[in-house]
Amino acid sequence: MITLDCLGQRCPLPVIALARHIGEVEVGGTIRVLADDPAAAHDIPAWCRLRGQEYAGEHTVGDAPAYDVVRTS
Amino acid sequence: MSASYLDAASAAPLHPVAREALLAALADGWADPARLYAQARRARQLLDASRATIADCLGARADEITFCASGTQAAHLAIAGARKGRRLRKVVHSAVEHSAVLHAAAEDEHAEVPVDILGRADLGAFAAALTPDTALAALMHANHEVGTVQPLAEAAALCAEHDIPLYTDAAQSLGRLPVPPGWSVLTGSAHKWGGPPGVGLLIVKKGTRWRRPGPSDEREPGRDLPAIVAAAASLRAVQAESETENARQSALVGRIRATVAAEIPDVEVIGDPDGRLPHIVTFSFLYVEGETLLHELDRQGFAVNSGSSCTSSTLHPSHVLAAMGVLTHGNVRVSVHRDTTGAEVDRLLAALPPTVARLRKEAGL
Repeated sequence: MITLDCLGQRCPLPVIALARHIGEVEVGGTIRVLADDPAAAHDIPAWCRLRGQEYAGEHTVGDAPAYDVVRTS
Repeated sequence: MSASYLDAASAAPLHPVAREALLAALADGWADPARLYAQARRARQLLDASRATIADCLGARADEITFCASGTQAAHLAIAGARKGRRLRKVVHSAVEHSAVLHAAAEDEHAEVPVDILGRADLGAFAAALTPDTALAALMHANHEVGTVQPLAEAAALCAEHDIPLYTDAAQSLGRLPVPPGWSVLTGSAHKWGGPPGVGLLIVKKGTRWRRPGPSDEREPGRDLPAIVAAAASLRAVQAESETENARQSALVGRIRATVAAEIPDVEVIGDPDGRLPHIVTFSFLYVEGETLLHELDRQGFAVNSGSSCTSSTLHPSHVLAAMGVLTHGNVRVSVHRDTTGAEVDRLLAALPPTVARLRKEAGL
């Protein structure tokens, strides 16, 4: 699993980072985005829907929100 | 190139009939209508005629109408008055109501009803939320950010079944679309239909248990008589031309929806493509910052709005877009009006693709 630290970044930067790095995990692999911008909670699942990737839910890592995405294609 | 004002959903430009009525009423309607002399009687006549006009336009009785200082104040009174009148606290509301409704509902117990990806309230959840302790259920007629028209008639039937009054915020639809019957409380705002700012409407149907909050006072909260006269005159005018204008504006919006989706990659066109207001269209561009896009469009002479978090004072994205589960960044809302021309829309549609492409390039994509 790859973790992208996007803490302190405003949207759309975390989504741009996700788009840039999704290719670095194998199909079936997970990429985790740490992002504290409130818009990330909506925009990462929306990106997954638009891009046909699987949104695997929100977690908390330390105190930070973390969003998991499974590469499906 | 002249500037294109494309934010009618925030405030429509003053309708010529409103301007004319406003100027006439400034000359003729300045006296206190409650006094007992000729000037006051003239003011009283103007106020009564305005109320009668609005009642006639909206299928209400004149004595059901309260003029307010804004649509926001009307929404606050609608909710607080139902809680007071029914001696119950709970307010049921959809997740996409205007923030004025949400703020008023949040004063006390409330239950939120989710929406689908097109922004339509979930009627099953709406029905389940209508418990016997409910003071009022709020479902807007049509959404101010995405244009989606709500299943109001179905919601009204559910409310009737549970004997709970239905409140509908019709700010974006008054003058444009007929409001389906079945509501008990309705609010609106004149500057959304081309009337002057500073006139809100609150209509409480006879038989609804509603009590005005605050001290009992015979004075109405809306006191700007010239603006009220202009609001009434323009509502009648806008309604009379609504069939032609709706068709024309809806075609402009339809063209924007289709062209943006076809010509710009990675865009989400938001809201119900069919059951929508004629004048509002919203879309979000992947990887683009809403605020930067807004400033860029402003520089090019286009006044539009955005629901992206970077454009809000709270840095939270629009609660409407969030509730729908659509992309919130890179968001633009375009709302047209009777002065919007096809040429203006052409200019916007020519400006958007290169602007979005450039901002994406600058972001390193």
